[in-house]
Amino acid sequence: MTDGFTTNHLIYLLNGLVWTVVLSALAFALGGIAGFFVMLARTSTMRWLRRLSLVYVQIIQGTPLLILMFVIYFGLGVIGIELPPLMAAGVGMMIYSSAYLGEIWRGCVESVPRTQFEAAECLALTRWQVLTDVILPQALRIATPPTVGFMVQLVKNTSLASVVGFVELTRAAQVINNSLFQPFLIFGIAAAFYFCVCYPLSVWSRSLERKLNVGRR
Amino acid sequence: MNYQFDFEALLPYWQSFLQGAITTIQMTIVAVAIGLVIGVLCAIARRSAYPWLRFLVGIYIETVRNTPFIVQIFFIFFGLSSMGLTMPVFFASVFAMVINVGAYTAEIVRAGMEAVHPSQIEAAEALGLSRFQIYRDIILMPSIERVYPALTSQFILMMLSTSITSQISAEELTGVANNIQSYTFRSFETYIVIAVIYLMITYLLRFGFYAIALAIFPRRRKLGTPL
Repeated sequence: MTDGFTTNHLIYLLNGLVWTVVLSALAFALGGIAGFFVMLARTSTMRWLRRLSLVYVQIIQGTPLLILMFVIYFGLGVIGIELPPLMAAGVGMMIYSSAYLGEIWRGCVESVPRTQFEAAECLALTRWQVLTDVILPQALRIATPPTVGFMVQLVKNTSLASVVGFVELTRAAQVINNSLFQPFLIFGIAAAFYFCVCYPLSVWSRSLERKLNVGRR
Repeated sequence: MNYQFDFEALLPYWQSFLQGAITTIQMTIVAVAIGLVIGVLCAIARRSAYPWLRFLVGIYIETVRNTPFIVQIFFIFFGLSSMGLTMPVFFASVFAMVINVGAYTAEIVRAGMEAVHPSQIEAAEALGLSRFQIYRDIILMPSIERVYPALTSQFILMMLSTSITSQISAEELTGVANNIQSYTFRSFETYIVIAVIYLMITYLLRFGFYAIALAIFPRRRKLGTPL
């Protein structure tokens, strides 16, 4: 038994941090694409599509991410698909973030004044043109602060990928702690790493929000 | 795909599922009740005249809000036991949840307090209300009413996060499910069942918070409009 925390342990933790960031980026990219479609469906003119996407969002937001991870992990095994842990965790995070991002972006699109939609329609723009040329450029400005804020949630929630065996920062800390049993030190370092990733995002999100609201003060 | 779903294998365990769901709700209610008090106190401390107090509370809030709940739980549970301080898992879980929900509540309530217009406080001072009365009736209650939706969704997120306490083998819904799936080998079905139960608890809590809002905010009850 070794009784000290060595640089090898630190490198192992840093390696975990890299995978945390990779998984976060993957979840944000895939979840962003899926979330865009969720947003389109939630603001669709077709009632059944709105209802369907509402049910989807309600289910994802009403159940824990941990359970979603388990369902995907065991569910894919049931269907007979063997995914590497990164992909399994990535799919779970994608579904999770698509629901939240879709809902955030729906709010932003709906906060663009109604008259903008009407004016664009009067100019005989197609629904797609209305969206891409009139609504989205305005919604984007409103959407940036909460989206960055959600990225903090996303980074933190990648820690749950540890339960399906993906070795990211939390899992790496657990592995080391199992052999050294110095929980304050090891989980303290892991927490500090998370903080170093999340805090700049939090600060950025807040400053974006201040800039956005500058006219209201 | 030739998988045979077998939910009947889980039927004998319905009492365990129920017990787990009740534990989840109990943990949530205890943690939210204590966390709300801590959060409100921290929000008040964030507006205090002492810079060191603002700074300390700021560190607490930012640390909790920028690290994952699962790391916080491990830190507290394994950390305390490494110091020789063992406590029941239920207590350790609720302790971690209180710390977590307190920080989020503080930030939400503070946002509500900032939205109180200074002229309201000046008016209250002019009417000769005491400092305590001003805080309770002019600042605190209206700001809680204003941020109530954000507050309740945070509490529901906290309820969902209780599932993470299963990682330190708390016997709440997910912990129960982990046991049941190891007896029955019906992991997929088990997790689908508890996903549905979580969904039901979510709606139960939403209804509960709605009822509480009607009870404590007279404006909402009498006029039917939020602030």
